[in-house]
Amino acid sequence: MNKHLLSAADLSRDDAELVLRTAEEMRSLADRPIKKLPALRGRTVVNLFFEDSTRTRISFEAAAKRLSADVINFSAKGSSLSKGESLKDTALTLEAMGCDAVVIRHGASGAPHRLANSGWVRASVVNAGDGTHEHPTQALLDAFTMWRHLGARNGGTLDGRRIAIVGDVLHSRVARSNALLLHTLGAEVTLVAPPTLFPVGVESWPVETSYDLDGVLPKADAVMMLRVQRERMSGGFFPTAREYSRRYGLDGRRMATLQDHTIVMHPGPMVRGMEITADVADSDRSVIVEQVTNGVAVRMAVLYLLLGGSEPAIATDGADA
Amino acid sequence: MPAPAASRPVPAPGTDHTVLDAADISRALGRISHEILERNKGADDVVLLGIPSRGVPLAERIAERIAAVEGAAVPSGSLDVTMYRDDLRLKPARTLLPTQIPEGGIDDKVVVLVDDVLFSGRTIRAALDALNDVGRPRAVQLAVLVDRGHRELPIRADFVGKNLPTSLVQRVRVHLTGVDDSDAVVIEGAAS
Repeated sequence: MNKHLLSAADLSRDDAELVLRTAEEMRSLADRPIKKLPALRGRTVVNLFFEDSTRTRISFEAAAKRLSADVINFSAKGSSLSKGESLKDTALTLEAMGCDAVVIRHGASGAPHRLANSGWVRASVVNAGDGTHEHPTQALLDAFTMWRHLGARNGGTLDGRRIAIVGDVLHSRVARSNALLLHTLGAEVTLVAPPTLFPVGVESWPVETSYDLDGVLPKADAVMMLRVQRERMSGGFFPTAREYSRRYGLDGRRMATLQDHTIVMHPGPMVRGMEITADVADSDRSVIVEQVTNGVAVRMAVLYLLLGGSEPAIATDGADA
Repeated sequence: MPAPAASRPVPAPGTDHTVLDAADISRALGRISHEILERNKGADDVVLLGIPSRGVPLAERIAERIAAVEGAAVPSGSLDVTMYRDDLRLKPARTLLPTQIPEGGIDDKVVVLVDDVLFSGRTIRAALDALNDVGRPRAVQLAVLVDRGHRELPIRADFVGKNLPTSLVQRVRVHLTGVDDSDAVVIEGAAS
C-alpha cells in the first residue's frame, strides 16, 4: 500500500480541501496551553535532509512533535557517497531502524519518488522539496494562507481568485507545486518572470504567463514573490541584480498599485532588496511571518492524515503518479 | 456520538421506530437544564462543552434554556475528541471536527460535557483526556440525551434525558434540527 505525498498534482480538490480544513483545526492548537495532541504517539518520523533548510525542517519537526511523534533528524550534508548510493543506503538504514514516515528534502528532482517506489522503505514518504521539481507542503501552506485571507469573502473557496507568482520560476519547486495546487483549488495563477527564467514546457502548465509585472499587479488578489536561486544558476539569466529588481522586484511604488485586500507572500528565505524591498516585506499586507506559522499547522494536517489512522485519509498514491 | 465498532452487527432495515419526538426532546433538555442549575446551585462557573457533532447543538440548546431561567448567558463550546480516541489506529484517519473553547477557558470552572448518546463510554474517556490538555476544571459533569447502556468503561452520566434499554444489534440515531431535518431519537433494528 502506498501512502505518500510526492507531488501537489496527486491531490484531488477534495483531498486538498480536507488538508486545509484539518490545518484550520490544527492551527487553533497554538492558542492552547498545551500545544500537543496524542494522535501520532509511538510513531517515528525521520527528517531526511540532503539539502540545507531552516524553515522546512524545523516546521516538520515542530509539526511531528506537536502530534506526539518521535522525530529523528538525519542531515546527510557532507556525505561523500554518490547520490543514488547514499539514498539507497540511507533508506535501508532507516527501514532497519523502523520508521513510519520519511520527510525528504533532496537536491535531485525525483528523489522522493524513487524512495517511495523503490521498495527500500515501507514508510510514508513526504516530499519536502526535491531539486527544481516540487514542494507540495509549501504549496499547501501557501494555499492555506490565501484561503484564510481571501476565502471568507469568496464563499470559503479560492475559486476565481487571481494569484501572481513572480520571479525565478525556472528554479522554483514552490512555483510548480503552487501552480498545480492552486489550479486544483480553482484559483487563476499568473506566472511573472523574465523570459530566461521560465522553464521549458511552461505552456503546458495550467497557468497564464506574463513578462510584465506592472500589468499583472493591479488585478492580483495575492502576490507571491520568489527568491532568485543563484546557487542553482550557472549562466547569466539577467544582466544585473539591479536591473532584475527594477523590473521584477516588489517595492513600495508597485505595492501602491495593489488592491486593498491583496496580500503579499514569500516562501522564504527572502533576499531583501532583490525581489522584495524591506518596507514591503514588513508592511501590513505582508503575510510572510504568518506563512511560517501556517506551515506547522499544514504539516501537522498532512502527517495526521497520512499516519493518524490505519490507512491514509487522502489518496495520494505515489505509485500511480 | 459513540461510533459503533466495525465488529458490531448492522441492524436489519425497515424496523426503525421513534422513541422520542421533538416535544419529548424539548422536555428532556428542559429538565436537564434545571438539574444542572440545581446541582451546581446556579449557573456560576458552569461551562457547557458539546462533543461534535450532535453534542454541540444540544449544548447550545441547554445554554439557551439555562439563560432563560437564570437571566445570564452560560458559555457554550465544543470539544473534538477525535485524536484522543482509543480506536484511532483501527480506521482511516478521521476528519477533525471543531474545538471551540469559550472565552475564559475552563480552569476552575464546572465543565458539563454534553453528548447525544452514551454507549460504551469510550467517547467520554477520550473527552476527559482531551479536557486534560485544555485546562483543569474544578469539576466535570456529563449530560446525555440518551443513555443506551452497554458500558465498556466505568463511566456514568450525571444528567440523562432518557434511559433507553437497547440490544447491541440496534442502533440509536439522534436527529436534531440544524444538523438534520427534524428533532427525533430513532432506534434502528428490532430488539433481539
